[in-house]
Amino acid sequence: MILLVNSLNIQCSDNQNNKSLLLSANALTCIREDRILFETLDLSIYSGDIVQVEGPNGSGKTSLLRILAGLSQPYDGSVLFQKQSISEHADVFHQNLLYIGHLPGVKGEMTAQENLEFNLALHGNDAATAEETLEKVNLLGFEDALASHLSAGQHRRISLARLWQSSAPIWILDEPFTAIDKRGVSELEQLFLAHAERGGCVILTTHQDLSFPEDRVKKVTLDYRFY
Amino acid sequence: MIPNQDLSYKAAFSLIIKRDLTIAFRHRDDIMNPLLFFIIVVTLFPLGIGPESTTLSRIAPGIIWVAALLSTLLSLDRLFKSDHDDGSLEQMLLSPHPVFILVLAKIIAHWLVTGLPLIFIAPLLAVLLHLNENSYGALMLTLLLGTPILSLLGAIGVALTVGIKKGGVLLSLLVLPLYIPVLIFATSAIDTAAMNLPYSGQLAIIAALFFGSLTLAPFAVSSALKVSTN
Repeated sequence: MILLVNSLNIQCSDNQNNKSLLLSANALTCIREDRILFETLDLSIYSGDIVQVEGPNGSGKTSLLRILAGLSQPYDGSVLFQKQSISEHADVFHQNLLYIGHLPGVKGEMTAQENLEFNLALHGNDAATAEETLEKVNLLGFEDALASHLSAGQHRRISLARLWQSSAPIWILDEPFTAIDKRGVSELEQLFLAHAERGGCVILTTHQDLSFPEDRVKKVTLDYRFY
Repeated sequence: MIPNQDLSYKAAFSLIIKRDLTIAFRHRDDIMNPLLFFIIVVTLFPLGIGPESTTLSRIAPGIIWVAALLSTLLSLDRLFKSDHDDGSLEQMLLSPHPVFILVLAKIIAHWLVTGLPLIFIAPLLAVLLHLNENSYGALMLTLLLGTPILSLLGAIGVALTVGIKKGGVLLSLLVLPLYIPVLIFATSAIDTAAMNLPYSGQLAIIAALFFGSLTLAPFAVSSALKVSTN
């Protein structure tokens, strides 16, 4: 194996001394199926950042997000939340994290409202707000419909509805716009912007171009590597 | 920015129990399939062996227990598989609640749905098999203490194999050896009771197995789930 071929060093924010460091990754290396996806990747994410991870299919975007969320272990390197290892301080980190993967985590046997109430309660949010939250994601009138009768986009909306009630500063979202209509996408973008302005950070993957100004989004580009 | 969250164990526990029971009652196959399997296997034996009461009452404890064991094995797959496939398992692992509490709640919900109905139906099936009349107490007690062990130990196997596409055979190979002590002591207790002898020794060992697995299995399962989702 060739090591240190192209190490990526991405500083997501410069000259942001006034902003606090939320999440940092040190020398992350990820190997899947004997292929190096990325190696010695450094990442610093400050409050107020919107980070878009981009790259072709199979370049390791999802793997990177799962490592940042603590769901997967990197081959080498570490992820720190407020300078503490996320695996050693998992309970504190999980209170500050909202991760939505590419699977929506919606149960077909439960209604839209039951799904959302469960998701909110599981993460310590107030489940009583479920009904008004469903209204915000345009699912009013579908509260009592079994999720198995709803479309893929509506499933995605149920799982994203948590964003409106979440007080966690770190949002890690894997392809949040999948199956969402144009209006929904622009509403989500507004929400991300507002969250970043409040001092949170958003780390997301998407193949769409975000409508934010160029300098507002920090981009992390992963290349497809064959070795 | 640390949100003010209600991290009570009890709330997390009842949240999962309520959800899993709701899903099970709306998706009745989960309850009916293992129960029907249990009933069918037990009722087929008298037809195959013949109606002599001496033979049947000799093998009745073994039949009931083997059928209970296989029907639990049949139902284990549902424990984490659907949560893994639709992404809710990831959300549980990332929730601020301790994972072993959520896992324990899921296992208990599984037992309520698959183990408890077996205990209610077992005495009726025991009549079909001419079980010795002294043995009914022992049968009920061993099932009550033993079937939760089947769910708890089975959960470890499911957690280890949940990431594998066709883990069914592997699951049986992992879990069945762990079930053998329960089977041996449970049938031995029922046989001893039939001879009107005290069976508290066997029962004590099953109780020890129950409390051992109740306290240790949730931790093993939560570690195994973290490995499986890696």
